[in-house]
Amino acid sequence: MKAAAFYDVDGTLISTNVVHAYAYYARNVPTITGKLARTAGLVASLPFYAVADRKGRKFFNDIFYRNYRGISEDRLHVLGEEMFERYLSKKLFTEMTELMKRSRDEGYAQVLVTGAIDVITRPLAEYLGVDAWFANKLEIVEGHATGHLVPPVLAGPGKADFVRKYAESQGYNLQACRAYADSASDIPMLSAVGRPVAVNPDAQLRATAEAHDWPIIIAR
Amino acid sequence: MARPTPRITRDPNIEFIDDKSSPKVVFYGTRFQEVNLPRGSRVIYPNAPMEPIGNLRAAVRYALNHPHNTDPLFAQLKPGMKLTIAIDDISMPLPPMVAPDVRQVVLEEVLKMCADYGVDDIHMIIAICLHRRMTGPEIKAMVGRQIYDQYYPDRLYNHDAEDPDGIVEIGETKHGHKVRLNKRAVESDLLVYVNLNLVPMNGGHKSVAVGLCDYKSVSEHHNSRTLHKCHSYMDPREHKNQLAKIMNRQGALVDEKLNVFHIETTINTRMFGGPLSFLNRPERTWSEFDWAKFQASNAALWKMPEAMRRKVFEQIRAPYGVIAVEAGKTEPTHEKILETSFKQYAVPVKGQADVLVMGLSFISPYNVNAILNPILVQIMTLGYYFNFYRNNPIVRKDGVIIVFHPCHEEFTKDHHPSYVEFYHRILGITKDPDAMADFEKEFAENPDYIHMYRHGNAYHPVHPFYMWYWGNAGREWTGKVIVVGAEHERVPAQLGWESARTFEDALEMARTYTNKSQPEVTLFHAPPIMVADVEV
Repeated sequence: MKAAAFYDVDGTLISTNVVHAYAYYARNVPTITGKLARTAGLVASLPFYAVADRKGRKFFNDIFYRNYRGISEDRLHVLGEEMFERYLSKKLFTEMTELMKRSRDEGYAQVLVTGAIDVITRPLAEYLGVDAWFANKLEIVEGHATGHLVPPVLAGPGKADFVRKYAESQGYNLQACRAYADSASDIPMLSAVGRPVAVNPDAQLRATAEAHDWPIIIAR
Repeated sequence: MARPTPRITRDPNIEFIDDKSSPKVVFYGTRFQEVNLPRGSRVIYPNAPMEPIGNLRAAVRYALNHPHNTDPLFAQLKPGMKLTIAIDDISMPLPPMVAPDVRQVVLEEVLKMCADYGVDDIHMIIAICLHRRMTGPEIKAMVGRQIYDQYYPDRLYNHDAEDPDGIVEIGETKHGHKVRLNKRAVESDLLVYVNLNLVPMNGGHKSVAVGLCDYKSVSEHHNSRTLHKCHSYMDPREHKNQLAKIMNRQGALVDEKLNVFHIETTINTRMFGGPLSFLNRPERTWSEFDWAKFQASNAALWKMPEAMRRKVFEQIRAPYGVIAVEAGKTEPTHEKILETSFKQYAVPVKGQADVLVMGLSFISPYNVNAILNPILVQIMTLGYYFNFYRNNPIVRKDGVIIVFHPCHEEFTKDHHPSYVEFYHRILGITKDPDAMADFEKEFAENPDYIHMYRHGNAYHPVHPFYMWYWGNAGREWTGKVIVVGAEHERVPAQLGWESARTFEDALEMARTYTNKSQPEVTLFHAPPIMVADVEV
């Protein structure tokens, strides 16, 4: 491989985000009261999460992943695979999978770098047949999620650090690497490579992409 | 103050500047400039518009029923057959023509005939080659609401030169040039091509062999080596035009393998209508009222922000009249169209000039609804205006071109994403077209640019290279290009050109360069367009 193409996942390869993923878990809690409590709690917290996201992706993650507290590890795995089959596979941007195929044909290693959790990312990564994938891990104590992420957390500048180190470890020239993301929180990761691309960008990322002449892709 | 009495000359296309001559009006992007040419300078004007066909639908039907060297269209239609209609894209005419576009009229007649003969497996493909995909509204404006509503997007769509499943190789010419075309078109029982000729290099074998091909196929002739050997693009004679020669070879193979029914049309020079119609005529024929209208319009344009000026010009629809419709086999059809086309566009010119002056407008074939970026300024100067000749260039070998344009350092990024990188990175490394092959390959393999071409509205990633190669012959021939009124000197410099603040400064630079105190100056007064038949 001559270089790598790094992909954010939520909003970049699939039209979902971490909140949708948790909603799936919340809806599938085995007890009715648990289901209602988790779903209602999520809905009530949405405005708060929006504000938290503006303060930074790391801050958002710290707050948001507390929702997973108490869910058993095996359930996380089972629901992760089920969620991909029933939900995420239908949310994939086919144009991005096409782009990944072309990118692979051109000799780029395909690497997912996502702030989503590993149990959700694994089935997607296997489906896409990527060369490597990196996601956040929920801390598990005595078989249950604590609601904390295992550091180092992949978010914002953390993703950029990770991409730099990974490229170095693989002997890739960062200038020749590509990165794809949809959110302003990924500007550090995009800035780390020589070929950044904004995919379905939010307003802040779009402005940055336009200012720096990064290609902007609208994927469906 | 009253204008000087216009000087009447015997040759309507040529005017020599004397003390009584009025200033000449040239385009300066989305504005105009008045130019006072030195006494003795020559101005070349296009021909007046030819009378358009009175009953266009009747002319189309006649062409379909009396084609050259083939059976009438109706005789080739059979129920159950697979029919593909390829259509020229929005790059012609410029500006887009007032509704109905001639392509709409032709399509309506063809589709009516298809319905009468029970043909319903019909796909219409916009033959964009490596141009950008036309948007839905643009297609609707071109083909009309009725056809659009009935066929778009499933049976009326843009050609995709990068679709791995949509291209097939039909073979190689005797000279080893590959021909790879749109699969649907190749697999059809009949391919009808609906063309619109604005300049003589449009149409003929270029239509199918280029319009429906892929990158590999087009790079057989769109390369630096071939484009060095074109003198000029507007001259279809093969010994003058290597590009036409290779395209004709590919086209001959297309005609051998596919059943193609060509419908070609051409239009007159009536580019400006309504309140701007005086721009179709030489200034010497303008009335005082015309001058007043011009002054008022131009003053308003100068006061507007650039974005607003662009909006104003993008609204312009040209009242072109159709002057010929022909149909049949590729070559005889194209020959007949060229006859009329040259009748309209050819202007006899005696002698070359030391200094060729031109004003570039806001538009080129590659920026409909977008900004004329620096690479397109380059191609309009050295690729188009320089090449609007047959026999000999208007400017002498090592002569000077003075071009009016503000040279905005701006790009419409969703249309021209790879242009940005070409302009900033590649031209910073080399301006030598023969040293760009590796970079072209790199661009051709860029998955992001390819994605933007296939799914967005971007030109193919290699398109800016073609634009640069397209300037090869002009670049080699011309000694110096000087831009008057560039916003930033760095833009002409990046193109390998020089800048002057005023026309007088540019003229002084030309005098120094040509080492002549009174160089022969010629203003090529376009648009409207013309082809100068230059006799030396």
